[in-house]
Amino acid sequence: MNIATAIDSVPLEALPSASEAGPAPKRIVVAYGFWIFLLSDIVMFAALFASYAVLVRSTAGGPSGAQLFNQATVAIETACLLVSSYTCGLMSLAINSRNRVGMYLGAVITFALGAAFLTLEIGEFADMIARGATPQRSAFLSAFFTLVGCHGLHVTLGLIWLIVMMVQASVFGFAARVQHRLLCFSLFWHALDIVWVGVFTVVYLMGVSS
Amino acid sequence: MNLLGKLDWNAIPLHEPIIMGATAFMVLVVVAVLGFITMKGAWLYLWREWLTSVDHKRIGVMYCILALVMMLRGFSDAIMMRAQQAVAAGGAQGYLPPEHFDQIFSAHGTIMIFFMAMPFVVGIMNFAVPLQLGIRDVAFPTLNSVSFWLTASGALLINLSLAVGEFSKAGWWGYPPLSELQYSPGVGVDYYLWSLQISGLGTLLAGINFVTTILKMRAPGMSYMRMPVFCWTSLATNLLIVAAFPVLTAVLAMLLLDRYLGFHFFTNDAGGNQMLYANLFWVWGHPEVYILVLPAFGIFSEVIATFSGKPLFGYRSMVAATMTICVLSFLVWLHHFFTMGASANVNGFFGVMSMVIALPTGVKIYNWLFTMYGGRVRFTVPVLWSIGFMVTFVIGGMTGVLHAVPPVSFQLHNSVFLIAHFHNVIIGGVVFGLMAGYNYWFPKAFGFVLDERWGKASFWCWFIGFYLAFMPLYLVGLMGMTRRLQHYDNLAWQPWLIVAMVGAVVILGGIVCQVVQLVVSIRARDKLRVTGDPWNGRTLEWATASPPPAWNFALAPNVTGKDAFWTSKREQAKQGKPGPSRAYEPIEMPKNSATGFVSAFFAVVIGFAMIWHIWWMAGLGLLGAFVTLLAFAFRRHTEFEVPAEQIAQFERAHQAGAAV
Repeated sequence: MNIATAIDSVPLEALPSASEAGPAPKRIVVAYGFWIFLLSDIVMFAALFASYAVLVRSTAGGPSGAQLFNQATVAIETACLLVSSYTCGLMSLAINSRNRVGMYLGAVITFALGAAFLTLEIGEFADMIARGATPQRSAFLSAFFTLVGCHGLHVTLGLIWLIVMMVQASVFGFAARVQHRLLCFSLFWHALDIVWVGVFTVVYLMGVSS
Repeated sequence: MNLLGKLDWNAIPLHEPIIMGATAFMVLVVVAVLGFITMKGAWLYLWREWLTSVDHKRIGVMYCILALVMMLRGFSDAIMMRAQQAVAAGGAQGYLPPEHFDQIFSAHGTIMIFFMAMPFVVGIMNFAVPLQLGIRDVAFPTLNSVSFWLTASGALLINLSLAVGEFSKAGWWGYPPLSELQYSPGVGVDYYLWSLQISGLGTLLAGINFVTTILKMRAPGMSYMRMPVFCWTSLATNLLIVAAFPVLTAVLAMLLLDRYLGFHFFTNDAGGNQMLYANLFWVWGHPEVYILVLPAFGIFSEVIATFSGKPLFGYRSMVAATMTICVLSFLVWLHHFFTMGASANVNGFFGVMSMVIALPTGVKIYNWLFTMYGGRVRFTVPVLWSIGFMVTFVIGGMTGVLHAVPPVSFQLHNSVFLIAHFHNVIIGGVVFGLMAGYNYWFPKAFGFVLDERWGKASFWCWFIGFYLAFMPLYLVGLMGMTRRLQHYDNLAWQPWLIVAMVGAVVILGGIVCQVVQLVVSIRARDKLRVTGDPWNGRTLEWATASPPPAWNFALAPNVTGKDAFWTSKREQAKQGKPGPSRAYEPIEMPKNSATGFVSAFFAVVIGFAMIWHIWWMAGLGLLGAFVTLLAFAFRRHTEFEVPAEQIAQFERAHQAGAAV
């Protein structure tokens, strides 16, 4: 008997609908809650994006994005972050198959790429500040440093979190709650990528094209 | 370099007799409470059973206590403003100097919205939602405790501003450029910003927790269309919290950057844009009023259905109306500043949306009326509050639709007509709802009902006092009086403002009656003791004991329809009670945790240090918060098991009590 007929043979009312199944298992609840948190975080970024869009032309006689942004650096930053999302995905696969070495390897590469991204970004900020393009110079630069800096702050927190999780994995092994937290971490890391795609498009691409 | 930043002895306003008097009173009350606890030797009990509790019921009760205490503080501000405006006419200056009056109206708004209404709403949701859903706790119990303590931290900071330094003079929404460093160089705005950031974080975490709880943790059989309406309105509210509070966090963070690091988001120079602040603030601010009022609508729905002895009329339309309001609330924010100078089309759009949002509210009013129609209404205290709400809220709603017309709004902008309008909907809607909920669920929380006579006296004082206090404001608003006047020349306003002052005194009578009601009820608690189901309830919270055990339900309820408890009572009446030989299983419960209390302690340290520019202390606070988080993450035992025998014992005792 194939599966399709097996499902068909179950009377409809015998299957409880998903909404009547009772409290969901812990893993689902944790991941779901974290999704909701990520949505709220993205709403916060939306407010920062909106402010940036409002203030982007308020350069107050100071430099504009086209004069400041270095596309080569931004391209490398973007590559680092996108590849780190891929290695983070490999780490998740390793965790699912209880592969310790794979997990640590994935974590180390993810961390290194994230740190490289941050180093480049801090270098970019330092260079702008050295050229007098400080956040105090104009409303545009205030909004730029806040939006991009907020993303950078998230990446920093993600790196600290990753270190803590690796310590937890070495202490508790693949305990259920360690797995739940690593799942949340990977969601967080991918969400930062999505935000970065927005930053890349709205700030850098649109900034140099206009 | 000064080790204490901007903090020195001048921060304490010794030359202001009114402020020092209030401070002395506050200190006396705190000392008296601490002394009382020490005298009773209750510190250990308090720490173990309340401060570190992760039980949603206890956290809910603590939220409500915080809200009631802050209501007294916010109300003192209100009655001081009324007294000032009653006397400061013509050449008179009243008794409050302008810089103090400005702090009072800023503190009144901030406290009433963030530290009275919000904690009260979140507290009642905390208490009732998991019980109504038929589950043992919220999705993240420790996070719940963190949320509460962060809210309490914000409240502590705002009270501290009375004694140390000053509070903001820039109104409860802190519009720049007035709230910028250039025009508000003191610490007042910083107190405002940090207390809102800290409590806002707590609220956001609570929102995440409750969305997850309601969507993922319902009892078996409770599909969405079987959820009590209060759970639906709580869901809508928490969705709004998750979607709106991050915007508040962002906009306040931008103002902080302007003030601390010289950024130019909202400054007059270097391209800053003040209307950006206004827009972002009200993108949060308008959903916020629905965050407050939707749970109140839920409470009225429960109260009206229970005390009419009928299922709620139009359950589906009620759910649809709630979710419609949830979505539309994000499309009306611009009506707070039609005067901004946006194009007629923009103003027209937001005007129409603001009128449209009145429709689902109208649906709700009819649903409540039709629920009562043909029912056997018991006129208990919660029902009085509900009927008082329906009358009052409709008036407030109509003046609201008036404001939705942009040309009218141009005339009424910043007038006391507006003040009358939003007090009409917030007191008549939110406060009346919270009072109904307080009287309705009190017996569930403590096992005895509140005294009816004092409760009714309190209602009538509030009801009459409200009309006396705010109807005159509609009139003087139409006569041209603007808000926030420390004194005024037009003597024609004065008689009306004296009436408003009398109204505030009558409301004070209502508050006194409430305090007396609580004291009288506690003293007579043995006579007022009730079973699990004192009101002949319909929803699952009434199916368990009063007060419920830590685990809420010995056996997970099995829900087969709407009004789950009502249905099961009807079935039992037909088929008799199920046999006593039910097997109980041990229950895993989350362990108590000091995480919330300790992290909130560090939040206060960070907030205070940032307000006074004590950078090393802020660093220490941050480190402390991080270590607290680590300590929580590395806990080995997070749950404990309640043995089946203990559950069986409790159930036997409860059944015996129920039989009596």
